Amino acid sequence: MNQLQNFTKGFFKENPILVLVLGTCPTLATTTSALNGMGMGLATTFVLIGSNVVISLLANVIPDKVRIPAFIVVIASFVTVVDLVMQAYVPSLYETLGIFIPLIVVNCIVLGRAEAFASKNTVLSSLIDGVGMGLGFTMALGILGTFREIVGSGSIFGFKFIKGDGILVFILAPGAFIALGYLIAIINRFRRT
Amino acid sequence: MEYIIIIISALLVNNVVLAQFLGVCPFLGVSNKVDTAIGMAGAVTFVIVIATTVTYLIQIYVLNKLGIAFMQTITFILVIAALVQMVEIILKKVSQPLYQALGIFLPLITTNCAVLGVAILVIQKNYNLIQGVVFGASTALGFGLALIIMAGIREQLELVNIPKGMKGVPISLVIAGILALAFMGFSGIVR
Repeated sequence: MNQLQNFTKGFFKENPILVLVLGTCPTLATTTSALNGMGMGLATTFVLIGSNVVISLLANVIPDKVRIPAFIVVIASFVTVVDLVMQAYVPSLYETLGIFIPLIVVNCIVLGRAEAFASKNTVLSSLIDGVGMGLGFTMALGILGTFREIVGSGSIFGFKFIKGDGILVFILAPGAFIALGYLIAIINRFRRT
Repeated sequence: MEYIIIIISALLVNNVVLAQFLGVCPFLGVSNKVDTAIGMAGAVTFVIVIATTVTYLIQIYVLNKLGIAFMQTITFILVIAALVQMVEIILKKVSQPLYQALGIFLPLITTNCAVLGVAILVIQKNYNLIQGVVFGASTALGFGLALIIMAGIREQLELVNIPKGMKGVPISLVIAGILALAFMGFSGIVR
């Protein structure tokens, strides 16, 4: 597989949310607006790149039996870094995302890429895989966030274009499930033809 | 009274899956049959109660004492992973039938964000130990409730004709959305 395919597979063919349906918890919880969703996506991207690079470097050193705990420690370290950095520089976003920042550590995408890709490939491919997967995740969160923001509160990136409220339910929990359900249904419909 | 409020709030009003989006992966993954849903719910309850107790004690007596509260994420996830492993070994030795019922679900629980989520929430909400355990247990029951209802619906769903693109995950998500709408009816019981 060449590096370009390696990069783009995260967006379409193996998009972590829309195709593989991994990491649904942060997807549903943080996409109340486009900016929140993308903030979460970028935080996850950073963790994914960091853990992919470090794990591909360490893959030969870590004994096979303890690899999962070792991966989790690496991932948790990067999550702690993101947590502290966001708390310091973007406190308002940090408040909104709340508990879902520390929960990046149990996001199946990160551990999944570490186990399935980074531990078996070179540093460069792992780096590219991390960037592609992370941005694919961010893209999906951005699409869902933008849709929910337009329908739910009648604004795009925080600029309101209608008076009053939108269809409030799309900002709340039920709208998240329904919007993601239909988004994946649309993707499925086109993927199979 | 205080405990009743915690229970109702965690079980119905702020249901862990349908209102807080924790543990959605296992919620979608193992809600095919009512039997497996009950097994998973039992295993999650078991692990959450133990994990909440242990992580709470570690936070108060180790992390806060040493002034290294920022190590919370790393410590908690390792403790939970180790606990799950330990529970699995002990169950295997002590109670074979219980192990048969819960065993296959245990490895999945480490990556269930509800477990880590509850452990962190208990610390964030400044609960004491008993409140924390009650909160953990009722959150786990809320997870079980949502999971079993969902499994019941999905068993019926196998008999219906679903449009091609909607099969599998999408229809489950839409149903979860409708369930979440139903659970919103409980909001307002507790502030």
